Amino acid sequence: MSETGAVDLDKRRFLTNSTAVIGGIGAAAAAVPFLASWKPSARAEAAGAPVEVDLSKLQPGERITIEWRGKPVWVLRRTPETLAALDQDDARVADPGSDKPQQPEYAKNQHRSINPEFLVLIGLCTHLGCVPVYQPEVTADWNGGFYCPCHGSRFDLAGRVFKSVPAPINLEVPPYQYLSDTKLIIGEDGGVA
Amino acid sequence: MAIVPNPHGTTGLLGWIDDRFPLTKIWRDHVSEYYAPKNFNFWYFFGSLAMLVLVNQLVTGIFLTMHYKPSALEAFGSVEYIMRDVPWGWLIRYMHSTGASAFFVVVYLHMFRGLLYGSYRKPRELVWIFGMMIFLALMAEAFMGYVLPWGNMSYWGAQVIISLFGAIPGIGPDLVQWIRGDYLISDATLNRFFALHVIAVPLVLVGLVVAHLMALHEVGSNNPDGVEIKKNKDENGIPKDGIPFHPYYTVKDIMGVVGFAMIFCAVLFFAPEMGGYFLEKPNFTPANPLVTPPHIAPVWYFTPFYSILRAITYPLFGIDAKFWGVIGMGASVVIIAFLPWLDRSPVKSIRYKGPIYKIALAVFVVAFVILGIMGFKEANATNTLIAQVCSVIYFGFFLLMPWYSKLDKTKPVPERVTMDH
Repeated sequence: MSETGAVDLDKRRFLTNSTAVIGGIGAAAAAVPFLASWKPSARAEAAGAPVEVDLSKLQPGERITIEWRGKPVWVLRRTPETLAALDQDDARVADPGSDKPQQPEYAKNQHRSINPEFLVLIGLCTHLGCVPVYQPEVTADWNGGFYCPCHGSRFDLAGRVFKSVPAPINLEVPPYQYLSDTKLIIGEDGGVA
Repeated sequence: MAIVPNPHGTTGLLGWIDDRFPLTKIWRDHVSEYYAPKNFNFWYFFGSLAMLVLVNQLVTGIFLTMHYKPSALEAFGSVEYIMRDVPWGWLIRYMHSTGASAFFVVVYLHMFRGLLYGSYRKPRELVWIFGMMIFLALMAEAFMGYVLPWGNMSYWGAQVIISLFGAIPGIGPDLVQWIRGDYLISDATLNRFFALHVIAVPLVLVGLVVAHLMALHEVGSNNPDGVEIKKNKDENGIPKDGIPFHPYYTVKDIMGVVGFAMIFCAVLFFAPEMGGYFLEKPNFTPANPLVTPPHIAPVWYFTPFYSILRAITYPLFGIDAKFWGVIGMGASVVIIAFLPWLDRSPVKSIRYKGPIYKIALAVFVVAFVILGIMGFKEANATNTLIAQVCSVIYFGFFLLMPWYSKLDKTKPVPERVTMDH
């Protein structure tokens, strides 16, 4: 109230509005912890943490399976012959250049990896999530690859899907990076992906 | 200390309450002196039946939570425990799962009644909008409820639906992770869906039902003639074509309850899974993140909208087709809320509308049913084309309505409601 006893309406409006705005900001800030509580918990983050893989004992042609975030991840050491055979597969696979976003940028190439020698893949068929079988034996019309027993999808040794099989796209490449020449970390690539 | 006596002249215990709380006022305003048109027909059963099913879901749901365990390790087992070991647990569980499908049957028929008689037209726009919000809440409730048994279809259905949010450009992947609370659908997801399914959404749902009824009782009920009964009142201010809700419609609605209960119980006792349409077969095996069911289809009440989602197969403006599918599915639900402004016909009820609307509505219903059937089927080229044609019809019904409803040749609407139908 001013000295004359009249109500200062401008002052009253300012006080009402500023109180409402400050109160609104406070209410919005109070919502943050509740919304943030929906993010993956520390436990979930720990369970989904990146996994280190030692490559030094892996023989040429050998494949190991590592679990990462509940999914099987394959690491395969390819031979020069295997890599050379990828050229022959180019015409028979659906997406030879890996144009569909099934891999980080650094694996968007013919061999679908950072270092051509080591292939890293998520071992789940892109049709219905079965686990394909590793079949490295070379025959007349098969340069080695992965065969899904559920519905017969086939992938070459770069995880590229063959034409006319149920799986629509290439096997997924997880984010990964090299810690040294013989050490990989899966699930972390320094934010490149 | 004297108080102002209540205006209803009630005495005794009721009088004591009425002096302090509007009990008699509420009863009269909403029941004994709520005047509803005297010409309600078959189609007017479904509002009260929806309330009945809501109560069924709330009561059976509360009892299910007493035995159910919302954890990825125990959920599937606890549902089997309810089915086998809890006394009458099978009945309570089947009442709840059959009730979910019954809810959608009743609500779809209730909405169709609105389309027949123009129940969404002025001044009932808010009644309609609250109703659409109820429908949305119901869809969220049903989706999350289907995840709780943690069967393999629960898991993969959730996977498909949650991954839809990933189609939103930019924020998609982070949003999906935020919803799941993990890098995959997991215990965290199940636990929060349980909280939303048993507390958050039911609270919203009940609140919306109250708002829906308050808005309805403010403007008064529509009727099969689409005549405003409040235009013709007697000397006491009571609509001449109105009859008190109680006892007239309470008794009529109880008849509806009897008929409904007979059908409901027949399904409940003889076909609670409805051959895989109410409870899908893969849901009788526990959730397995590594094995996808050979064919993922939503429960029947979602299939029309799921069909629209899959029907959009072309990328647009450089954004993935999947995103536009999500937009199309969302739009197919939201567009219904705009009916009050899309319908430009001078009459409300189909009784006085012309052939154009009758044909449009019939074609729309057929398209909706075909979309529903297509939602179960594999998305091959033929099925996708059928779904695309039906999606165009679906949206055409709404988007072209401002023009065809104006063009239509209508009949004159009577002054008072008619009883000879």
